[in-house]
Amino acid sequence: MKMIWEFFKGTLVLVFRGSKAYYAWVFSLLVLMAVGVFAYAHQLQAGLIVTAMRDQVSWGFYISNFTFLVGVAAAAVLLVIPAYVYHWKPIKEIAVLGEMLAVSAMVMCLLFVTVDIGRPERFWHLIPKIGILNFPQSLLAWDVVVLNTYLVLNLMIAVFILYNLYHRREPNKSFTTPLILFSIPAAISIHTVTAFLYNGLGARPFWNASILAPRFLASAFCSGPAFMIMLFQVIRKYTKTDIKDEAIFKVAELIAYSMFLNLFLLGAEVFKEYYSDTIHLAPMQYLFQGLHGHTSLVPYIWTAMLFNVTAFVLFLVPKTRENYVTLNIGCILIFIGVYIEKGMGLVIPGLAPDVLGEIYDYSPTGIEFLVSMGIWATGLFVYTMLLRVAIPILNGDFHVGEDGVTPVIADERFIVRRQGLVSRTPEAEA
Amino acid sequence: MSNRRWSYFFLLARIAAFFLPDAAALAGHQAEEPKTRKEEGAALQFPVPPPPFTPGIFPCSECHKEIKPNPKRRVLKDEHTNIVLNHAQGQRWCLDCHDAANRDKLRLVSGEKIDFSESYRLCGQCHGDKFRDWKVGVHGKRSGEWNGKKEYLLCAHCHNPHDPRYKPIQPLPPPVRPETIR
Amino acid sequence: MSDKETRERKIFRLSRRKALKGLAAGVGALALPGKDASASFWEAFFQKNFRELGKDDLRKVLARMEKEYGAQYGRAVKVKATPPIEGVQYGYALDLSRCIGCRRCVYGCVRENNQSRDPQIHWIRVLQMNKEKGVYLEEAEQYYNPAKVPEPGYFYMPVQCHMCKSPPCTKVCPVQATWTEKDGLVVVDYNWCIGCRYCMAACPYGARHFNWKKPGLPAAELNPDTHILGNRPRPVGVVEKCTFCIQRTRENPGRYPACVEACPVGARKFGNLLDPESEIRYIIENKRVFIFKEDLNTQPKFFYFYAT
Repeated sequence: MKMIWEFFKGTLVLVFRGSKAYYAWVFSLLVLMAVGVFAYAHQLQAGLIVTAMRDQVSWGFYISNFTFLVGVAAAAVLLVIPAYVYHWKPIKEIAVLGEMLAVSAMVMCLLFVTVDIGRPERFWHLIPKIGILNFPQSLLAWDVVVLNTYLVLNLMIAVFILYNLYHRREPNKSFTTPLILFSIPAAISIHTVTAFLYNGLGARPFWNASILAPRFLASAFCSGPAFMIMLFQVIRKYTKTDIKDEAIFKVAELIAYSMFLNLFLLGAEVFKEYYSDTIHLAPMQYLFQGLHGHTSLVPYIWTAMLFNVTAFVLFLVPKTRENYVTLNIGCILIFIGVYIEKGMGLVIPGLAPDVLGEIYDYSPTGIEFLVSMGIWATGLFVYTMLLRVAIPILNGDFHVGEDGVTPVIADERFIVRRQGLVSRTPEAEA
Repeated sequence: MSNRRWSYFFLLARIAAFFLPDAAALAGHQAEEPKTRKEEGAALQFPVPPPPFTPGIFPCSECHKEIKPNPKRRVLKDEHTNIVLNHAQGQRWCLDCHDAANRDKLRLVSGEKIDFSESYRLCGQCHGDKFRDWKVGVHGKRSGEWNGKKEYLLCAHCHNPHDPRYKPIQPLPPPVRPETIR
Repeated sequence: MSDKETRERKIFRLSRRKALKGLAAGVGALALPGKDASASFWEAFFQKNFRELGKDDLRKVLARMEKEYGAQYGRAVKVKATPPIEGVQYGYALDLSRCIGCRRCVYGCVRENNQSRDPQIHWIRVLQMNKEKGVYLEEAEQYYNPAKVPEPGYFYMPVQCHMCKSPPCTKVCPVQATWTEKDGLVVVDYNWCIGCRYCMAACPYGARHFNWKKPGLPAAELNPDTHILGNRPRPVGVVEKCTFCIQRTRENPGRYPACVEACPVGARKFGNLLDPESEIRYIIENKRVFIFKEDLNTQPKFFYFYAT
């Protein structure tokens, strides 16, 4: 017990120490979070009327962000599968970072749901026994279960591995392996359940397509890893952690395959709607062409299409994939492209035209932007804090002392611009 | 042992169920009696508000007792000029419905004289389908209690008997558009 | 709530209170100004789902609401919890060949059911549709405003809750804040709804409406005869919907819903589907009946028909 307490105290010391850049980064996140909190307080006072959501389009920017981030969280599995199932070494080193990204994304997801509901103080109605969780009837109840399970699971795996590495011992395989194996279906399930949440509504033809869950997964395996690739470069540039080129290029290759699947499935959906030309075509037209003079989504979706296709080509050709300039362009394109396509591009056409054919052009208000920004900042803050502890542990700069109790902290600065080679064998292996 | 017996029993039950519904339906079809709704006619009262007379016009006999009825079909030139018959006008005129002898009564084809408060019987002579629907509360407005006392309206409450097409009315304001709800 | 009453509460309620009060205080304090943090606020906060309320609980809840609304609107408000009548399944039918699109029903409903005037909430939406196109939602118009209706070439289709036998909205609610009553009415517990709006996404008829803001209802326009599952004043942040005027129709004898009463052309018909003598049964058995979005298998108890 004392050891855990000392470890915890050590992490607290760690997060309060760092270079100027680290402080600046954390401080700016805190400012954005504070702005978000104020915006949210305003929303609580006035009601959701301060958003642009109305009865016609009853979900908007918050739920779009939620949907996108579930994908990012699910994508952690992409790094876990090769790392643990195939014992593919370079990725194994960074899998724990992926799990922590999943944790941060999950935190953001839960926050986005919280800010979207009308009576957040009644959250306890969702807790079985105390309240009533409509399980297994409601897909939202399923989502509550799987999202929280996934959050706890990833947190447990990451903390357990890091705690063991901190004690300079190999994590107990008989404990980690089942959990990690379980996290794979769990990752798929969070995104599948989130897809089913939309998918199961007969009233919304745009969502009521069986291809939706596969599309969700395919796009998740693009956006999450794209974010990871950029993050890995930042991490190895500004901290002492090493991530091999090989690992990054492998992830990029996987993105190319996922993007192909994503585009293929989208194409299948577009073909089905346009060729059959039933009354269910309307949302698709609203998204891609505009309908009855309402064209607000059209420029966004075509931007997304352009970005996704370009990124697909960049990641498919080995030459551009292994060039850091084009690689990063591809990552940014994919991240934005999927953010549009799987965010607002998925949520809004499900609701407009609405069930009575009315088209309300939804576009988020300033409050929605500020609250969302605050949540993104919170997510990044959580991830920064997790990294602040994890990276010194992985580097061997934060470990238990000779007495087996007192922590030793060797990394005082954290975010530092590094010189020389970017690829090196990490010392934390032993 | 007993398990097997039960499953055998269920099997039998299912086979029986497979044949029986059809048989039952057939029997039911043959045995079905003609539908008995609450009997029509005088037995059933239709509570209606007073007929919608133009103020001061009823009783008609106030004026008509002085006037000798003129049974000749013609366009009225001196009185009731505001009434423009737009109701199968080529086929009938005033005294087909208004009783010539007693102007406070309406007159059915059979010669029976009825009160204005029973005018639905007059209308029902031609509009049998509407009359049928009206009696069960399907044509026209019915208010009151869904499981208790009901109020009917006379045909004339909604349809001007001389010009029966329902007249357009001003709609109440449209809903506020979502864009302008703040 | 007095101390004595608190002691009388069931043990598991106490543990619920203990477990949540700390957390609730945090969130509650954020959500509400300090002056509202009265005993009545906490009682409302810990109120159980309507279907779990015991008889005594319910009586207290009704009394608390009457007191609360009385203070809020400065006049006596009756909150009933009239239960379903045995052997009744409410059914509704609307004559598309009669409706003239005058929206009398819309505003009759608003007055009867205490909908928010500002921001505006309408439980009934009237669609104007081209006779040549038929029921074609893509060209349906809700905002028509000519001098006179009906306009030549158009027909009108009011849409409200269809009281589905297989309701997609209740199925998706994560907390069972909405359900079908024994008499077929789909209702919402405004004190249990968390405001996630999943039901609004699920409803194929646009029948569910959200209180985006604290409802604006002038005291003078309040209908004081209310039902706890129907037209009582609603809080901000919850979903509401048509209840076939539960506060009227559950009485015995009970008046027709306000929209039936308001309709000048008698296009709206209401009754007990289990009563073979009812007008609703006559319509189903004798008229051409049309079920809106029949392919979705929601099995509405709201029917459109053509009397002619």
